[in-house]
Amino acid sequence: MAESTHDLPLAEIRNYTMNFGPQHPAAHGVLRLVLEMDGEVIQKADPHIGLLHRATEKLAESKPFNQSIGYMDRLDYVSMMCNEHAYVLAIEKLLGIAPPERAQYIRVMFDEVTRILNHLMWLGAHALDIGAMTVFLLCFKEREELMDVYEAVSGTRMHATYYRPGGVYRDLPASMPKYQPSKWRSRKEVDRLNESRSGSMLDFIDAFAERFPTAIADYETLLTDNRIWKQRTVNIGVVPPERALQLGFSGPMLRGSGVVWDLRKKQPYEVYERMDFDIPVGTNGDCYDRYLVRIEELRQSTRIVRQCIEWLRKNPGPVMVDDRKMRPPSREHMKGEMESLIHHFKFFTEGYDVPAGETYAAVEAPKGEFGIYLVSDGANKPYRLKCRAPGFAHISALEEMVRGHMLADVVAVIGTQDIVFGEVDR
Amino acid sequence: MEPSTAQPAGTGAAIEALSRTIEERVSGVRRLPSLPQDLAYEADAAQLLTVCRSLRDTPALRFEMLMDVAGVDYLQFGREEWVTSGATRTGFSRGRIAAAPPDPDMPGRFAVVYQLLSISHNTRLRLRVTCPETREPIVDSVVDVWASANWFEREAFDLFGILFRGHPDLRRILTDYGFIGHPFRKDFPLIGNVETRYDPQKKRVVYEPVSIVPRVLVPKVIRHDNRYEPALKAPELPR
Repeated sequence: MAESTHDLPLAEIRNYTMNFGPQHPAAHGVLRLVLEMDGEVIQKADPHIGLLHRATEKLAESKPFNQSIGYMDRLDYVSMMCNEHAYVLAIEKLLGIAPPERAQYIRVMFDEVTRILNHLMWLGAHALDIGAMTVFLLCFKEREELMDVYEAVSGTRMHATYYRPGGVYRDLPASMPKYQPSKWRSRKEVDRLNESRSGSMLDFIDAFAERFPTAIADYETLLTDNRIWKQRTVNIGVVPPERALQLGFSGPMLRGSGVVWDLRKKQPYEVYERMDFDIPVGTNGDCYDRYLVRIEELRQSTRIVRQCIEWLRKNPGPVMVDDRKMRPPSREHMKGEMESLIHHFKFFTEGYDVPAGETYAAVEAPKGEFGIYLVSDGANKPYRLKCRAPGFAHISALEEMVRGHMLADVVAVIGTQDIVFGEVDR
Repeated sequence: MEPSTAQPAGTGAAIEALSRTIEERVSGVRRLPSLPQDLAYEADAAQLLTVCRSLRDTPALRFEMLMDVAGVDYLQFGREEWVTSGATRTGFSRGRIAAAPPDPDMPGRFAVVYQLLSISHNTRLRLRVTCPETREPIVDSVVDVWASANWFEREAFDLFGILFRGHPDLRRILTDYGFIGHPFRKDFPLIGNVETRYDPQKKRVVYEPVSIVPRVLVPKVIRHDNRYEPALKAPELPR
């Protein structure tokens, strides 16, 4: 037998091209990947992006500043408020205003709530992609609670449009919405669900933060020492630190490679310098290290949330700057005073002018450095808005990270990059 | 990574110290006006690569990361969409003056803006380079200096039509396959030029000229009055 196969011509063996996505669940949205394979091994990967390109930056150029806040939510649609944060920071920098202290604490708290939301989504999807179904369900259970927090404060579960240049839209609500008994939910079940919702919103988040570390421990029980999980992630997609810097990585992708860099610590904005938290870093720069980094970030975010809750409970105050150009007058004033009516009308029809100039404001979004480069020519609309999305830099390195790996590892690498096409394509 | 000993980024003294270092060590750059917490420089297009290399390699600067590359089209900079001549003597009619369209070949129309970050010194720098030609805007590619420039430059090419000399793979990246034009140029209409629909006869998606009419909902205005002067702001409301 051996002699006869040896005699066969070998010319028929050649590389073949495979199309992955854009309608593949593991492509995390609309990634189309053209893979050149040698058997199971990736020789070349060409990501085609832009299938979700909505020209957000151009749309923003045609609208007054405040009307684009909602578009920012739709960039990275699993870390909504962090995107808004970078946008309002850029506007505030050009205007030279700073939000009141309470608004800064609210922003920090919601940035961290958003980080937990994002990492839960990432963990669930990443684990599902490489074969662990249970984690996905557990993550979404906790995520739902935080979605309710979003809804309570802004009226929507995801696209909050809550931050404003000069503060936040409104103060934290004094109560949480409650479940009502229905055909499908008995009174007893509703009472159990409403138990943590009887107090204020801060009580609800506090109760969440109290029990969330237990949930993180559950995820870790399922994954951290899991043999299959380690086989799928250890030594997959290794990025050395020098290369991570060259490729423009940021966030957990950079820290997973062992670079100690977090904008919340290094270039603190809002009240992050008053927060007590640690920055986890990896050592090998593989998918497993990035997993460990993100898991630890969940714990650290919970710590920050609790510190914010403590401060917010003790310190009531305004949540918006007292500037009539930045804040619409109250309904009562608007109905009663001519001056307020004019302000109200001009604020909503024309908006406010931002002094001519340009700036770059960045926040440590869950996925990395989300930055806004804003050019203003003194008008009521941005002249040029450029969103620096962390995912864009990460996915541009996809080819380098998957070359030489097997096809199944492509899925692990896409997962570890925490790609969301809303921000990659913009 | 050794911890940074420099002053935290954003403080005035740190910015001025960095500015002095750049002016000593890097030639071919000119400081641009910026906010006090930012630092911006303009590089000569001819010397862009030398400037970038010295920004990255000078030990006192070490801008080892390129965070972003943005194309900018200055065609309508400082122009209003809706110029009003004020209320007339006879009534409240609003005079709308259509300004003469800007010259699309105006010099200095396109610029490329690089956001640099130094992890070792915890500093940021914005570097701008103006494309010397407007009809065929082209600047040197910085892919060899920072690998992250690859896709950022592809994006600037796709959206603004800015070419990058020496780029290994300058293809469109965000727009559709077979797209015509550079959509983020200021003379490209917001509604686009073509729309798509499924044609049941041809049994495929067809492209047709847009059927909708562009409409400005909120005109762009630039207020040349003093209302945004800090000294003239309304007094604080009681809390």
